[in-house]
Amino acid sequence: MGLFDKFAPLLKEYEQVTAAGHNPFKVNVGKVVSPTEAVVNGRPTIMAGTNNYLGLTFDPTCIDAAVDALRREGTGTTGSRVANGSYEEHRRLEQELADFFGRRSAMVFSTGHHANLGILSTLAGPHDHLVIDADSHASIYDGCKLSSAQVTRFRHNNPEDLDKRLARLARQPGEKIVVVEGIYSMLGDRAPLKEIVEVAKRHGAYVVVDEAHSLGVLGRHGRGLAEEAEVEDQVDFIVGTFSKSLGAVGGFIVSNHPEFDVLRVACRTYKFTASLPPSVMASVSAALGVLRKKPELRLRLKANSTLLYDGMRRLGYQVGPEVSPVVAVHLPNLEVAVRFWNMLLESGIYVNLAPSHATPNGVSLLRCSVCAAHSREQLERILDVFQAIGTELGLLEEPRLAVAQ
Amino acid sequence: MSGDDQEILTAIIETLGAVTQNKVPVTASTVLRQDLNLDSLAEMDLLMALEDKFDVSISINHLPEIETVGDLAAMIAKMKEG
Repeated sequence: MGLFDKFAPLLKEYEQVTAAGHNPFKVNVGKVVSPTEAVVNGRPTIMAGTNNYLGLTFDPTCIDAAVDALRREGTGTTGSRVANGSYEEHRRLEQELADFFGRRSAMVFSTGHHANLGILSTLAGPHDHLVIDADSHASIYDGCKLSSAQVTRFRHNNPEDLDKRLARLARQPGEKIVVVEGIYSMLGDRAPLKEIVEVAKRHGAYVVVDEAHSLGVLGRHGRGLAEEAEVEDQVDFIVGTFSKSLGAVGGFIVSNHPEFDVLRVACRTYKFTASLPPSVMASVSAALGVLRKKPELRLRLKANSTLLYDGMRRLGYQVGPEVSPVVAVHLPNLEVAVRFWNMLLESGIYVNLAPSHATPNGVSLLRCSVCAAHSREQLERILDVFQAIGTELGLLEEPRLAVAQ
Repeated sequence: MSGDDQEILTAIIETLGAVTQNKVPVTASTVLRQDLNLDSLAEMDLLMALEDKFDVSISINHLPEIETVGDLAAMIAKMKEG
């Protein structure tokens, strides 16, 4: 038995996916032109698979702040905050995040993945229980794996199922921590957070909400699903990322818990990795400012999401259950999805190919993510191309003309 | 094997029948990953269905210890006692 034999099934799927043309997992982005355009394989391409929801990657305020910090404080911190200390940007960004969410404390991590690994593995001890939505992101599963806690899954977005499972766990000792996401990254659906929080609190459980895809997207102030569902005061910990609507990289946790700060010395993904470079934090700080000052970005994102979502439905595609910046187009199988994805790229449109092992219920998806900076023309072009390819591949019953009308 | 254990085993085989569309004969010595080609997600979903069937709570941390259908039956029997 060779060391790599265990990867045989994965390799087989990988070969199936890559044999049809371009490699969906190794797209070479030649030149990035704007938040929504790049040159891919020498061809101008509309980027609709980047999670760059507010389009802030080229925001001049963010770039200026980053450049300024880069010149002032250098390229990196060269170590963790525990060893190398906290820079002004670390403290300022944490204060700004705490203010934005109206919470006592904030902790910044080097990635969103690290934030989830950190909080789940540290908070939950061997006798505690992590109760997670079955469709949770890999970073939540990884956090569970790294923790010594007992891990129970509940059926996706199903508060009654959560209730049943928490009732069973009531017979067991230990704290219960319920983990959900604001917007689920593959299908773009929101958690029924009000109901979930009600169930969790009735059972005396803590609630963690990962707002990775909902920060800057949901809520009147862009604070995410907890704000939209009006349950912020009952959510114990909010986890998030800087790599989507805030256009950079990094992660965070905010909480009102009075003892929250002890995590700084308990949490291994905080202690044992290099902290974010000052330039990244400066751009995130600036992006948070833009998010606060420009609610119109959120409105534009919503309008763009509706245009693409409704357009896909009108064409006859099955999409996710609700309008969201993640528009997940369902394809009948992986082979068709791969072929479709290649044809899109050849037509100058980039979306994510989500093979069945990465999606709920094993469905193959072409996952589009919408940006506030997408123009109407770009979105209509995406719909036109989806119509043309879908017709060519026999996926649409009949050509429809009403796309842009 | 006690009557209870046999009952658990039969119920697991029944549940697996739905997953594998009865294409593969399932016994106590059937290896979940190898013989039934279950990936980690399918294993977790199976566990969830069995939790409901037997009204028990089984942490997914136990999955690495479960290799065969018989292991799974033994685990559930233990949880039911428990």
